[in-house]
Amino acid sequence: MTVLVPIAALAAALSACGGGGDESGMPVLRWYVYQEPSGAFDDAAAACTKAADGRYRIETVALPNNADEQREQLVRRLAAKDGDIDIIGMDVIWTAEFAEAGWIDPFPDDVAATVTDGRLAPAVRSATYRDRLYAAPFNSNAQMLWYRDDVTPDPPTTWDQVLDRAAQLRATGEPDQILGQGQRYEGLVVWFTSLLESAGGHVLSDDGTKVSLEEGPTRKALEIMRDVSRSPSTPANFATAREDDGRLAWEQGRSAFMTNYSFVWPSANANAPDIAAHMRWARFPGVDADTPSRVAIGGFNLGVGAYSDHPDLAFEAVSCLVGDDNQITNAVKGGLLPVTEALYDDPALTDATTPVEVDGKEQEVPAFPYAKVIKEELRDAVVRPQTPYYNDVSLAIARTLHPTRDIDPEADADRLRDAVADALAGEGLL
Amino acid sequence: MSERSARARSERRLGLLLCSPAVAVMLLVTAYPIAYAVWLSMQRYDLRFPDDHGFVGFRNYGAVLGNAVWWQDLTNTLVITAASVVVELILGFALAFVMHRVLFGRGVVRSAILVPYGIITVVAAFAWRFAFDPTTGFVNGLLGTDQSWFTERWSSYVVIIATEVWKTTPFMSLLLLAGFTLVPQDAVSAARVDGASSIQRLRHIVIPLMKPAILVAVLFRTLDAFRIFDTIYVQTRGAQGTESVSIIGYQTLISRLNLGLGSAVSVLIFLCVLAIAFVFVKGFGTSLAQQRGEQR
Repeated sequence: MTVLVPIAALAAALSACGGGGDESGMPVLRWYVYQEPSGAFDDAAAACTKAADGRYRIETVALPNNADEQREQLVRRLAAKDGDIDIIGMDVIWTAEFAEAGWIDPFPDDVAATVTDGRLAPAVRSATYRDRLYAAPFNSNAQMLWYRDDVTPDPPTTWDQVLDRAAQLRATGEPDQILGQGQRYEGLVVWFTSLLESAGGHVLSDDGTKVSLEEGPTRKALEIMRDVSRSPSTPANFATAREDDGRLAWEQGRSAFMTNYSFVWPSANANAPDIAAHMRWARFPGVDADTPSRVAIGGFNLGVGAYSDHPDLAFEAVSCLVGDDNQITNAVKGGLLPVTEALYDDPALTDATTPVEVDGKEQEVPAFPYAKVIKEELRDAVVRPQTPYYNDVSLAIARTLHPTRDIDPEADADRLRDAVADALAGEGLL
Repeated sequence: MSERSARARSERRLGLLLCSPAVAVMLLVTAYPIAYAVWLSMQRYDLRFPDDHGFVGFRNYGAVLGNAVWWQDLTNTLVITAASVVVELILGFALAFVMHRVLFGRGVVRSAILVPYGIITVVAAFAWRFAFDPTTGFVNGLLGTDQSWFTERWSSYVVIIATEVWKTTPFMSLLLLAGFTLVPQDAVSAARVDGASSIQRLRHIVIPLMKPAILVAVLFRTLDAFRIFDTIYVQTRGAQGTESVSIIGYQTLISRLNLGLGSAVSVLIFLCVLAIAFVFVKGFGTSLAQQRGEQR
């Protein structure tokens, strides 16, 4: 008897875990998403719980901040058919993989119509696989070119202009560094994809089953990557540089140009106000002056777990979570850019300020002064290859092109085509 | 003669009996996963395509062994293993000697030497990465260099091997210290009376007597070093040609979710480890047995 009591208690505890409901019997929807530091996601969960008026409660379950680690945890659970996952915060590059494996459910038509209404087209495309919507766009982002108007009054529009201007600045002893992402990781794939698409090429065919990598555009993209990496203005540690290394180097004041996401803006205002005062933004540099650049879209979408006990409620909860009010909260509180196009002209966003601490004193600076530029970029943005083998394709690209200073455009275009073809076959080591 | 061998036989039986529970538990917790990995390695099994799997025989092995990446990574791993074990052996020997001979503060010296071994590998790898970082690290200032350590192959190897050496030399020296205590003081004193210099005493008395301990230490560390993962993962993620076989296994299994191919990589790593152990035991094991025979 004494042995049985703890076992019974354990069994009761376990069944309570699996039920997906709390004591009052109200269904609990678990939202697996990365730990958002400002608490904006918790606010959204609370707001939608309130709006549900007792029909369900949304609870956030924190995942790591690193996207690769989030994916690792999620796929392990989903492959084991974990019913605890109701709502998933998904990086835009996971859609095809999760959908193909049957880990997420396609959206019913009525919900799909709601969550795509007025949203940026590339964001919707990133959530679509084989003509069905598998996730609801939640937030978005893209890289811009950051420059300093005290060093370069008019921003360059192509990579050639960036390199020329940096060489001039270097000759006159002014800040000339070019900062980007050259490490062997996803950031390198973002750079390559943006260059390739700006040059008019694509990694894969439209249906995502064949290699495209057209000769001319691929070679052009590789030439730019090589030239930027070899420029004397590019720091020596470029081969290990990620987004955050760029942010830190920028705040040292020796840089003229940086391609990076918008998180560098509040950071520079807090850590290097003198530089931030002259910090400006422009569209990501293009390949030729007449064609505007096309950048790879980033951000997160919300999917519904295929093994959820309450898929209908989860779809309802998702359409609440991605609503405009929550997007504004995410933007103002967490600095996350919205997916509803009209919000980029909404005073709630354009007039928003963000508190930064300068020398121990709190100040307010405009939160999204770059809203107009990034809206234009996002409208034309491209989606990284949509294939269930995305992770393999990404590995193949990063491995073939790194280190970028050693790129041989002719030979590497062929190597790249072979590597991506291997990745799509799902066989062989990468 | 026969009486002695009968006794030896019964002792042997008792020995087997005594270790059988441990063997049974080991089989239970290790044989099943190993067998499962071998079975998986002969399947086409990708978690992303749950409906598309089946038996493919040795095709996954063919795909791994036929790929230049595997051989490149195997070479990298062997280079890191050999370099770190050699340096660790020399440093570990010196440290063990110090620990053995220290007259006062013995506890403090031994604990101080053991500190790196107590630090979690990932933490140590990060500490070294930050130390060598050109913007935040102190190493360039210390050496008066302007080197971006993780952007070139040779310097990445230097940092990775240095981290490994720093981290596991204490383990090596601890095993060698046990070897030092095996050396009878009388033998050393006798040699000294006979006029042997300290170098001669080390070469002809101490090292031969310590041979079993040295072999165990080197074998353990080689097997350990061959499976290097954390340091590389943290410091370069395998870039700059520093990728080890464990990294490729991780990538195939955990990020590409290709269980079949990834298990083939894991099984091959297991076979490599087995081969290393076999070479050590066959190549040097006889001398180990001889040594024991002599001492008995």
